[in-house]
Amino acid sequence: MQSTLRAVLLLALVCLAALLPMAASDYYTGLAVKVMIYALFALSLQLLVGGAGLVSLGHAAFFGIAAYFVTLLSPESGAGNMLWLLPGAVLAAMAYAAVTGALSLRTKGIYFIMVTLAFAQMAYYVFHDTKLGGGTDGIYLYFRPELRLGEWVLLNLDAPYAFYLFTLACLLLGWGFLAALMRSRFGAALTGIRVNEQRMRAAGYSTFGYKLMAYVLAGGLAGAAGFLYAAKDGYVNPELLAWDQSGLVLLMVILGGSSRLWGAIVGAVALTLLQEAFQSQDLMGDIAQRWHLTFGLAIIVLVALLPNGLAGLPGQWRQRRQAARIKPSASSL
Amino acid sequence: MDPVIFLIQCLNAVQYGLLLFLVASGLTLIFGIMGIINLAHGSFYMIGAYMAFALQPLVAQYLGGGFVATLLACVVLASLLGYFLEWAFYSYLYRRDHLQQVLMTYGLILVFEELRSIIIDNDVHGVGVPAWLQGTVSLGGIMTYPVYRLFISLVCLLVAGLMYWVLTRSRLGMMIRAGASNREMISSLGIDINRLFRIVFAIGVALAALAGAIAAPVSSVYPGMGHAVLIICFVVVVIGGIGSIRGAFLAAMLVGFVDTFGQVFFPAAAGVMVYLLMAAILLFKPEGLFKQG
Amino acid sequence: MTQTLLSAKNITRRFGGLTAIDHVSLDLKKGAVHAVIGTNGAGKSTLVSVLSGELAPNEGHIFMGGHDITAWPQPRRARAGMGRSYQRTTIFPSLTVHENCRVTAQARHQYFWSWGAARRCQASSEAADHALALAGLEKERDRVAGLLSHGAKRQLEIAMSLATHPSVLLLDEPLAGMGPEETERMLSLLDSLKAEHAILLVEHDMDAVFKISDEITVMVNGAVIAHGDPAAIRADPLVQTAYLGEDE
Repeated sequence: MQSTLRAVLLLALVCLAALLPMAASDYYTGLAVKVMIYALFALSLQLLVGGAGLVSLGHAAFFGIAAYFVTLLSPESGAGNMLWLLPGAVLAAMAYAAVTGALSLRTKGIYFIMVTLAFAQMAYYVFHDTKLGGGTDGIYLYFRPELRLGEWVLLNLDAPYAFYLFTLACLLLGWGFLAALMRSRFGAALTGIRVNEQRMRAAGYSTFGYKLMAYVLAGGLAGAAGFLYAAKDGYVNPELLAWDQSGLVLLMVILGGSSRLWGAIVGAVALTLLQEAFQSQDLMGDIAQRWHLTFGLAIIVLVALLPNGLAGLPGQWRQRRQAARIKPSASSL
Repeated sequence: MDPVIFLIQCLNAVQYGLLLFLVASGLTLIFGIMGIINLAHGSFYMIGAYMAFALQPLVAQYLGGGFVATLLACVVLASLLGYFLEWAFYSYLYRRDHLQQVLMTYGLILVFEELRSIIIDNDVHGVGVPAWLQGTVSLGGIMTYPVYRLFISLVCLLVAGLMYWVLTRSRLGMMIRAGASNREMISSLGIDINRLFRIVFAIGVALAALAGAIAAPVSSVYPGMGHAVLIICFVVVVIGGIGSIRGAFLAAMLVGFVDTFGQVFFPAAAGVMVYLLMAAILLFKPEGLFKQG
Repeated sequence: MTQTLLSAKNITRRFGGLTAIDHVSLDLKKGAVHAVIGTNGAGKSTLVSVLSGELAPNEGHIFMGGHDITAWPQPRRARAGMGRSYQRTTIFPSLTVHENCRVTAQARHQYFWSWGAARRCQASSEAADHALALAGLEKERDRVAGLLSHGAKRQLEIAMSLATHPSVLLLDEPLAGMGPEETERMLSLLDSLKAEHAILLVEHDMDAVFKISDEITVMVNGAVIAHGDPAAIRADPLVQTAYLGEDE
């Protein structure tokens, strides 16, 4: 019964989401698209953090590489073809993930965190210092890619609503893929590796292969999000690969809760809205100028208070109620 | 390559490496002893530089002091700041896992950036080289080298020497070394752990701030300076091994040389060389060159 | 004719300046329990780690099933028939007893590119049930592992290794923290496993060791000082002074 209820709720949410642009202004529709792109980005990191127990602080590299791929390889005179630009962008991100993952996964714990950050910084410098991507100025994507088969245009995303629905579809597909993946034998093994890698190795699992596969898949999904990002605003610059992007998406995963897939989505929504709120003059008055301060403080407080993220709140409350029930009240002693 | 230019680049590499060592040693100490990964460490470097900029006129006016007095003021203030920060914030991080530490210190970076913006500003500034350190000096009659860069290297070497002396000859150093290899033991030895941690943290902050202040005349004072140095320092710590001061020194020198000569030979790929070095070392020694405990 | 399933020759392992294991050789024969005893710090746990593949030896070779497995990583050795249990219990506390065994059994039925559904593998489910039967845990099949008694957890620890159909078992202090009743149960379990496996037993409980072993190797400071059947070891003067000797 519970699962049918959940399915109905999910369907309702999806329908609401699909209909949102009809009721909302262009600004809010654009914001929703941004949230969905970051939700997909966060989901990809969720596979690493919540699925495999790998904390990566360099995930923005894959996001940015894919965004640059589609921007650099799109023709300037007309719309590029998504048929090869999208898979190409995803594969480019996966290639970088394969090479850096094979090296990074030789380290553990805190070294891994630092090494992933360093590899992302390396990619950042490639785009920042060289003429490859127009350097610090960034480059423009003049026409949104469309889906073409030979002469036929199957999908044109110029209209904001069309792009909105396309992004929503990508998000749902990505989420579905990850859900199925975690329920598969691969996902079960990954969970075991997260809980006790040593035990899994002793049983005969080649854990390195599993972790690398997870790393590459996560990179690919992040690349899909990067493609969407480039297509949305038509502008990419090196800051997409910067460490604060990596930190931000990690924050989304943790604040949303790494124990559940949908935690990443909740985290993306919450954090994007939080950022918008702190930057809004209407809500914050003059402090809106100093939003880094308020946002930074909010991060500190939230991480401290919500160790399991928002998805972990029901569990936290349940634990507290159970503890309260077991503990005898002082007066009865 | 011209031998004179080679020597000059070597001196540059040593100077850069020594500066990195100052910052990285604080980072590796804090992680080795207290188990905290501190993303905000780069901010202390930035704070040191901005302090040098802001304090220079004040020190001149109220204390009649010059550049060295400004540096000392920066170190004292930074130590106090570090001592306070450990009490107010970092002491809450010990029990938390690395992920939470990463994110909370990430938030702290944002706070520092904005506070600096409020207290000073967001502009790029220069700090003047004091008159008595200006100009160049002739080395062995074959070349000339900026006096100030030699000064930087000298100060860093002095501090490194002082650190070595404290770590190997003093009681404090003994406690620190014991803590770096076995944290649980030192508390059971009756040593006031809280005080020790606070002191170690203050030292770490002071080292980073001193590095920022002393580098200011050469690298100028700008908002993003903390981030770049932080990530390079992570590379230094990864290569050198966490908790190892000796490893940090060797790794910093290695990074200094690779970066400096990388810029000379491959100017287009300059920023990338250090990371390629890290990748190469990871292939053979995933736990760093001198892993501790 | 007893078959040697695992053979280690001249294993040496150093950590910096310390030689943890110094030219140790031993054989594990099918149908026999080979115990390794020694004082704390003698190198027993290091030896098990080297044999299982968690640590690489500086010198020496290990042979199993006709292959030189010295360079093989642990997962490969496990898939070739090496099972290992740990001194500190490494079960998955949130899964049921059966699921714990199914996870380990699954290792030889999938690769990292296997994306089929998790629940459907018959073979690993049967292997899990078989292992539980061997270990005497069938009744606890659907119990959440974290709720088991300490003794039952240690039994599960062994069952998880059995689920991978090992031919060689490396057991690191399986009796740790057990009372007399649980010890008896564990010993009869080991006895029942003897016939089909070659067992290496690292233990501190001397009574249990002498009761169940066919062969004993004594290590002190990383080197083997004595090797033989229990009676010979008990009578060996070297062993008595170095380890068993209590003349007080």
